[in-house]
Amino acid sequence: MTITATTSSPSAPADDVATSRRRARPLRWLAAAVLAVLTAQLVAFLVGNRRFGWGTVAQYLFDPSVLSGLGVTVLLAVAAMVIGSVLGGVVAAAQLSDFGPARWAATAWVGFFRGIPPLVQLIFWFNLAYLLPRISIGIPFGPTFASWSANDVITPLTAGIIGLSLVESAYLAEIIRAGVLGVDLGQRDAAMAMGFTPAQTFFRIVLPQAMRVIIPPAGSQFISVLKGTALVSVIAMNDLLHAVQVIYNRTYEIVPMLLVACIWYLVVVTLLTVGQRRLERHFARGHLRDVRPVEVPA
Amino acid sequence: MTERATGSSARTVLRLRDVRKNYGAHAALDGVSLDVAEGEVVVVIGPSGSGKSTLVRCVHQLEEIDGGAMYLDGELLGHERHRGGLRPLSARQVAAQRRRAGMVFQQFNLFPHFTALRNVAEAPRRVHGRPRAEAEREARALLERVGLADRAGHYPRQLSGGQQQRVAIARALATKPRILLFDEPTSALDPELVEEVLAVVRELAAEGMTMVVVTHEMGFARDVADRCVFMEAGRVVESGPPAALFGSPSSARLRAFLSRHAADHPADQKVLS
Repeated sequence: MTITATTSSPSAPADDVATSRRRARPLRWLAAAVLAVLTAQLVAFLVGNRRFGWGTVAQYLFDPSVLSGLGVTVLLAVAAMVIGSVLGGVVAAAQLSDFGPARWAATAWVGFFRGIPPLVQLIFWFNLAYLLPRISIGIPFGPTFASWSANDVITPLTAGIIGLSLVESAYLAEIIRAGVLGVDLGQRDAAMAMGFTPAQTFFRIVLPQAMRVIIPPAGSQFISVLKGTALVSVIAMNDLLHAVQVIYNRTYEIVPMLLVACIWYLVVVTLLTVGQRRLERHFARGHLRDVRPVEVPA
Repeated sequence: MTERATGSSARTVLRLRDVRKNYGAHAALDGVSLDVAEGEVVVVIGPSGSGKSTLVRCVHQLEEIDGGAMYLDGELLGHERHRGGLRPLSARQVAAQRRRAGMVFQQFNLFPHFTALRNVAEAPRRVHGRPRAEAEREARALLERVGLADRAGHYPRQLSGGQQQRVAIARALATKPRILLFDEPTSALDPELVEEVLAVVRELAAEGMTMVVVTHEMGFARDVADRCVFMEAGRVVESGPPAALFGSPSSARLRAFLSRHAADHPADQKVLS
């Protein structure tokens, strides 16, 4: 009270910030204008340039061979992500373990599968039969129980799944490890103190909290494996890219057919991003600033 | 809680014999021996780095000890007899032993992704396999006991420090422990929130709960402790009833600690004089 009396003179009108008006921000107007012009140019280019062949794009967008290629692409990405997550979880656990040999093996795994270009790995797996004509299950250096010809087992599909899964497992192991390291050590203490076994502590307390940190980079990783499936077209796998290539090799409409592929990749990636945001919200339980208390029936 | 007999005839719940713990060359616990009887409240005081927190963490097997032995209700903790010697228990066996004690941490360590109710009900459900409805009914009763019945649906982040610590106490009680261990339960709290937590601990003491409390709150130590233990440099320097310990400290080190503390906390002056 005494302070206001000394700072405002009795004759001046009373200050009230509620009457304060918005500041002019000319640079923002300029930036908005530049962006508007660029957008108009882009639209004019897309619509005005006949070589985009939008008619052809529309004609082939739902072509059965394109859709079946899309199915293969999604199947490959999902398989690689699921197998990669499971393997990545195991490798991350090994890296975090206090058992030296497990840690070294996991570090070598990550170094190897992250270090070699995925394209090279795919071609390598596709040609596995050269190195290993027969694949058998049995006791090491002892009798075998079952045996298959590698040429029968390694199809473009299995080579694609194996190659992409192994690459994924290396990246996901690092993502999971970082997430687990980010959980406060006190959480482990508290869970152990309550008599949780190490497995319960990990799956009920540590992992759900780590997921909050794991999901954003894992989502990016899923998107990159989805795009990475385009690599399998080199081993004659009938994925989305391969499907449109087959068509433009026949019709020479390269750009329109590539646009068909681009549109489908963008559609799938957008759906994935929506799913990722939902998952993020689920695992942010208790962490958002505006969470409401849960209604608990008495 | 149930009425329990206290006094000299009560049986020993926790027994420590010459417990040693090293961090590299540093001896955090340098031969600590201590008995805690059923219903007894033992308050451990001492300067920072004296090994008080290490002591309770070791008792709860969050740290492994390097020598000596600890017994809970006569059962050796952390190791079993095997071929004429000892060997460490499996992680599963250690977890089973931990279920018989409860611990309250300085930083609360509530699970941020669970509501207050679920924080309390989780261990009875997952560890003791109780049905959800039953576990939640008991959790609700425990929250009521610490004065937080109306906060059951709140996440830890939505509670004050004092409230969080009271939920943590309810959580530690949920498994019906034989003994409760407190590791500086009020050190992370704003001064005006300390009393609400200490009130809950006092109530537990009155109900006959066996407790070991590591604290800097001298007034609380004097009020509630049946026995006070002064530690320095990983050893128990002096131990006895609080009136004797605070009234006529026999060691020079305890006298120095108490006068240092009195200088830093003038409010506690009357308690210590």
